[in-house]
Order: sequence, then C-alpha cells, then structure tokens
Amino acid sequence: MIRKAAQIDEQTPWQELTVGGEIYEGGTARLVNTGDWRTITPQFHPDKCKQCMLCFPFCPDSAIPVEHGRRQDFDLMHCKGCGICAKVCRFGAITFGKEGD
Amino acid sequence: MGIRDRLSGNEAIAHAMRQIDPDVMGAFPITPSTEIPQYFAQFVADGKVNTEYVTVESEHSSMSVCIGAQAAGGRAVTATSSCGLALMYELLYVAASSRLPITLACVNRALTGPININNDHSDSMGARSSGWIQIYAENNQEAYDNFLQAMPIGEHSEVRLPVMICQDGFITSHAVENIELLEDAAVKDFVGEYHPEHYLLKQENPLAVGPYDICAYYMEHKKQQAEAMKRAKSVILEVAARFRDISGRSYGLFEEYRMKDAETALVLIGSTAGTAKAAINQLRTEGKKVGLIKIRVFRPFPMEELAAALSHVKVAAVMDKCEDFSACGGPLFAETRSALYDLECRPKLVNYVYGLGGRDVSTEHIRSIFDRLFTIAETGETGEIYTHMGQRG
Repeated sequence: MIRKAAQIDEQTPWQELTVGGEIYEGGTARLVNTGDWRTITPQFHPDKCKQCMLCFPFCPDSAIPVEHGRRQDFDLMHCKGCGICAKVCRFGAITFGKEGD
Repeated sequence: MGIRDRLSGNEAIAHAMRQIDPDVMGAFPITPSTEIPQYFAQFVADGKVNTEYVTVESEHSSMSVCIGAQAAGGRAVTATSSCGLALMYELLYVAASSRLPITLACVNRALTGPININNDHSDSMGARSSGWIQIYAENNQEAYDNFLQAMPIGEHSEVRLPVMICQDGFITSHAVENIELLEDAAVKDFVGEYHPEHYLLKQENPLAVGPYDICAYYMEHKKQQAEAMKRAKSVILEVAARFRDISGRSYGLFEEYRMKDAETALVLIGSTAGTAKAAINQLRTEGKKVGLIKIRVFRPFPMEELAAALSHVKVAAVMDKCEDFSACGGPLFAETRSALYDLECRPKLVNYVYGLGGRDVSTEHIRSIFDRLFTIAETGETGEIYTHMGQRG
C-alpha cells in the first residue's frame, strides 16, 4: 500500500511506512511542525504595519504568509523564532519576546 | 547451450556485465578489480552495450553515481577492491537504506595497512554490517554465475537491497580457468528488465529518495531493512533454482562438500575451498571422514541451515581470511559459533585466521588443521581456540 506523507505520523508501525522512507509527493514540509523548538516568538501588530513587504523576503522560512498582496499574521508552525523580521521592520509592527509575555 | 571459454574472474564479471547491459556503470580503477571496468570499457567502445560509462574521480563518487542512477530508475553496477570499498563506505549505507538494488563486484583485497595489494577478506568483511547482501565465489565460474543472479535477488520486490558479489583478488580475479558462459539471450531472459515501481524519472510520480529520518522514524526503517535481509534468504534460493534450470549448475546458501558422514569439518569462504577439497580428497582415500562447508552467502547469514549442516560433526575448524581484532576470533567464527549455540549437542569449534595479505595456503596447511581436529575429537581437549596460521614464529 502506498501511503502519502499526510497518512504517516509518529504512531505509524514499520510495516506501514514507505520502503526506505521514500516520499511520493512534493511539498511535504508543509505538513511538518518545524516551529516547535522556537523559544522566542514574534508578534504582529497590524495597526502599525504599512504593508511594505520588507519582512516577507527576509524570513528564512515560510513563516510570513502573503495573500492578495497583503502580509498576514505569522505561521508559527514554521517560525523558528530567529527574530530577523523584527529587526528589519521599520514601523514597530513586529515585536519579539517570550510567548505569554 | 553453454559457451565454453577460458577467462579470468575479472573477465568473467565483465562478460556478465556485457550480457546484462546495465544502464550505468560507475567506473574507477583499483587493484585487483581494475580489469573489470577496463574490459567493460572496451565493450562500451565497441558498441556492444548501451551502458552510460561514467568515469569518476574516486570510489566515493562511483558509488554516488550508482545511487543516483538506480534511484533514477536505472540498473547500476560498479567494481572495486580494498581501500576503494572503504572509500565507498558511507555510500554503501546510503544505497542499502534507500533500498537501491545496485550490484557491486568486489574483488577481495587486504585493506591497508600495512599497504598490501593481495587477497584476504578484510575489505568486504568490514562492510558486512552495511546492509548489502554478500555472496562469495570459489572460482571464476561461481563469480560469473553469482553476478548473473545478483539482480534478480536484489531487485525482487520482497528484497530491494544492494548486492555485493565477491571473489578472491588475483587468485580468482587474475587466474585464467575454463568457464562455461550462458548465451547472451539466455542471460537477458534470466535477468529480465528492471521496472521499479517508483523512480525519480517517472514524471507522473514525484519522488524523494533518502530523506532525513528523525528518531521517530529511523528505527522503523532499520527494522524494514532487517526484515528485507531475512526475506532475501528464500529469494536467493528461488533465484538459484531458476538459475539451475538454465545452466545446470546448483547453488545454495553454502556448499556441503563430502559432509554426509563427516566427523570433522572446515567452514570457510572463497578460493581456499579448492585447496581444502583437494586435501579432503587425499584424507578420504586414507579413510578419514572429513568434509567442508564453503559459505556462499554471508549476508544474510544462513544461521539455522549451517547449524543443521554441522549438527552431526564432532569437531570443526572455522577459517577466517580476515582479522577482526575482537581478540577472540574472526567474523565467520563469531557467526558460526553463534549459529551452533542453539543446538542441543554442539560440535567443538576452533578458529584459524589465515591467508592475510595474500599469505599462501596449501593442502599441507589444511591437512595440519585436520590433524589437530582428529586429536581434539579423540581427547575432547580443544586447546587454544583463536589461532593464526601461516605466519612465521
């Protein structure tokens, strides 16, 4: 049986994994929560954002989604908490701190 | 009809490759396997094969070429020896864990150091845990026959593992002996075409090969590999039966030579079997009940079968053409002694590490081992179990 990446998780027994870990589709990184080791978290303040689009290309991951030409709130499933976006924002629309602060 | 010829072991492998006509060869020379890509290059130049002949800068790259080609959907072959195999080491594991049935002709040579170009098994024995099926030959005929069987074994859907076809450097690879080749059409029919279910060049089926495994998945993939290696044993026998039907030559996991009523026996690998058989024939004329087990398949190891074959023997000597530096015996000895553990009544077992770096072994050496086995059978005293043979002093 051929399993798609979305059908495999950390509970899947060895008999049901693909042979040699082969992956039979593209873009499967979207399924993986790689933001879970983040220790510091960016916060988006839409009232201060000018939609200058500087933060989006500086994000080394894909944690700043853009829809219809407008920057959306963070995709924290993929944000590693590097803080580059907060450094490049000139309008104070991104702050950076411990979650819950 | 078979074709009678006179070929060295290296020529025999090159002819097997010509008849198979693989898609890609990763080619890099190293003594004593150099002649394989050399002869094969002539076949390429003469248009006798359609193989993409990729000359590379190292064995690390020749195995990488094979991995890329096999993942792309092709059949890939290479040949190497000694330090060349060592330089492939990292990629051997990648090929096996990616479940790519590459075929490697290993011409066994001592692994440096001290630097030495002659035969022993230290190169392939070092790679015995890499996840490759390992099949060893006694002579050029077996090297040829084993190579033809490699792809039907490795590519089998229940197996999907790379296969190493080993022969003794110089002794087998360079000595010219009579050989019976199969006709080209018979080989093509036997080996068949390679049609993997998933491959990189299959446009409608995007594929990623060899992705990173976090710890939540690595163990499961290793379990898959281990199970495939277990299943390989019956596939090896099925392929051997099919090969017997077209060639008349029979192969098993090991060969039992005059073992039926044997009370003392040798267990060994490779060309030394020829010498041992000659000594056994001499001893048999003297009324001694002696026999030989020549291991053909070392990975997967024929544990239960070997135990059964040795169960009626009083004393056996396991001969390792490889020093394991375990301080308690060679790798074949360790496997054989482990195999015998489950027997109710075990034969006594001693180990000889011999023939390192091309050190010669004669019928007199074999007779001297049997003389010791006869004494052990009489007295029940094994004495020192882990010994070396053939060195001065």
